[in-house]
Amino acid sequence: MTDPARRLNRTEIARRVALDLPDGGIVNLGIGIPALCADLLPEGVELRYHAENGILGFTEMLTKSTGDPNIMEASGNFPKLVPGMAFFDSVESFNLVRGGHIDVTVLGGLQVSRAGDLANWLIPKRGIGSIGGGMDLAANAKRVIVAMEHTTRDNQPKIVNRCSFPLTAPACVDEIVTDVAVIKVTADGLVLMETAPGWSPEDVQAITEPELIVSDTVSVIRQA
Amino acid sequence: MALNRIAESFAAAVADIPDGASIMIGGFGGAGGQPTRLMLALRNHGAKNLTIIGNVAGISMTTGYGWPEGPDAPAPVDQGIFFASGQATRIICSFPVPGTTNPLSEIEKAWREGRAKVDIVPQGTLIERIRSAGAGIPAFYTPTGVGTPVAEGKESREFGGRTYLLEHALHADYALVRAQRADTHGNLQYVGTSRAFGPAMATAAKVTIAEVDEIVEPGGIDPERVGTLGAYVNRIVRREPGDPYP
Repeated sequence: MTDPARRLNRTEIARRVALDLPDGGIVNLGIGIPALCADLLPEGVELRYHAENGILGFTEMLTKSTGDPNIMEASGNFPKLVPGMAFFDSVESFNLVRGGHIDVTVLGGLQVSRAGDLANWLIPKRGIGSIGGGMDLAANAKRVIVAMEHTTRDNQPKIVNRCSFPLTAPACVDEIVTDVAVIKVTADGLVLMETAPGWSPEDVQAITEPELIVSDTVSVIRQA
Repeated sequence: MALNRIAESFAAAVADIPDGASIMIGGFGGAGGQPTRLMLALRNHGAKNLTIIGNVAGISMTTGYGWPEGPDAPAPVDQGIFFASGQATRIICSFPVPGTTNPLSEIEKAWREGRAKVDIVPQGTLIERIRSAGAGIPAFYTPTGVGTPVAEGKESREFGGRTYLLEHALHADYALVRAQRADTHGNLQYVGTSRAFGPAMATAAKVTIAEVDEIVEPGGIDPERVGTLGAYVNRIVRREPGDPYP
């Protein structure tokens, strides 16, 4: 009896990413699906979230009507003041990033290439985009996880042989978590580790441009 | 008297900003740390052909980014006001536009209509360029942006087998910053995440103007808690008590 094929929703993508966040580490979450990870850590995991605007050690978010605008994270939400939290200016914040002190960053993606190139800041047709801290994080975090939908709205692959969009950083991505697959970027190519319920490796390959190497241990996407 | 930095009003504090000036605006983007009253005073002052230097620059008015919500919350203000008014012709920032184009932000509108030049700089490079300007460093190498459009036209060099880009210091004529408390000599104390770009910008501009909630006598700020030295601050302006802007 196999499950009916379905795609993970955004929270489920975040729930999968949360499994790979390091106990005791420093983690930066980008805007969008990545930001959802904050509330989804597995039981017993303790880490420090960093945000570019100068905050380390936040956990839960207050609402925009009860939170304090002077305690913000980089997605523009207002975290609760908790013991152990630290505030600092942008110089210090990017010492942490550029200095290689961020263990994992989770970023959104427009395209990821076979070589782990990431494009996530500019859609050429629009002609204007926002880089924010994304280039610094992609180039300098110890590990980069991209969390995104597997295909565009018109069902084109976002995992491609070569990015046609301008890059955020070349050869920076370590892992891709999508609504249908978990893929590791390796020197040999992209390795398919997990698939969504009801999805075969062939189903994933059909909407992925580069050839996937199917792991011997391929399984259904796990959830925190 | 010589150390007194108090300006009598927001309008007076920005009155000498000439056409063509470059203006750094502190904070991160969002309400906290933004010198909203100084920005509105500059908008009313009317100086033209301005270059704005910010970070997350013009997304709050269309998305509510970083602003409180609720029946008593004020409508968001962001750096887009200088593009709506036609005063700014250029912005240097890391995050000029939100993901959505519906509705179109003021900066994107000005860019599409050819009224504004937009220079998009990676955030870590932007803050280090500003820091460098204040610290007397003319240029520096960074690994960020290698292999991307940001690298176009820039010198690069290898150190230890990794490629780095040469980036240059970024100065400005004025910096508008927001802090919670100042002493009369211009020492500033910040709260929470309102620091962001403010402290570095205060060092990088010829004239730094600070918007604060409270002005105290020297000694009213614990010297251990001075976030920006009065040495960098030329003017301070106190808000009216009960100002609705965060």
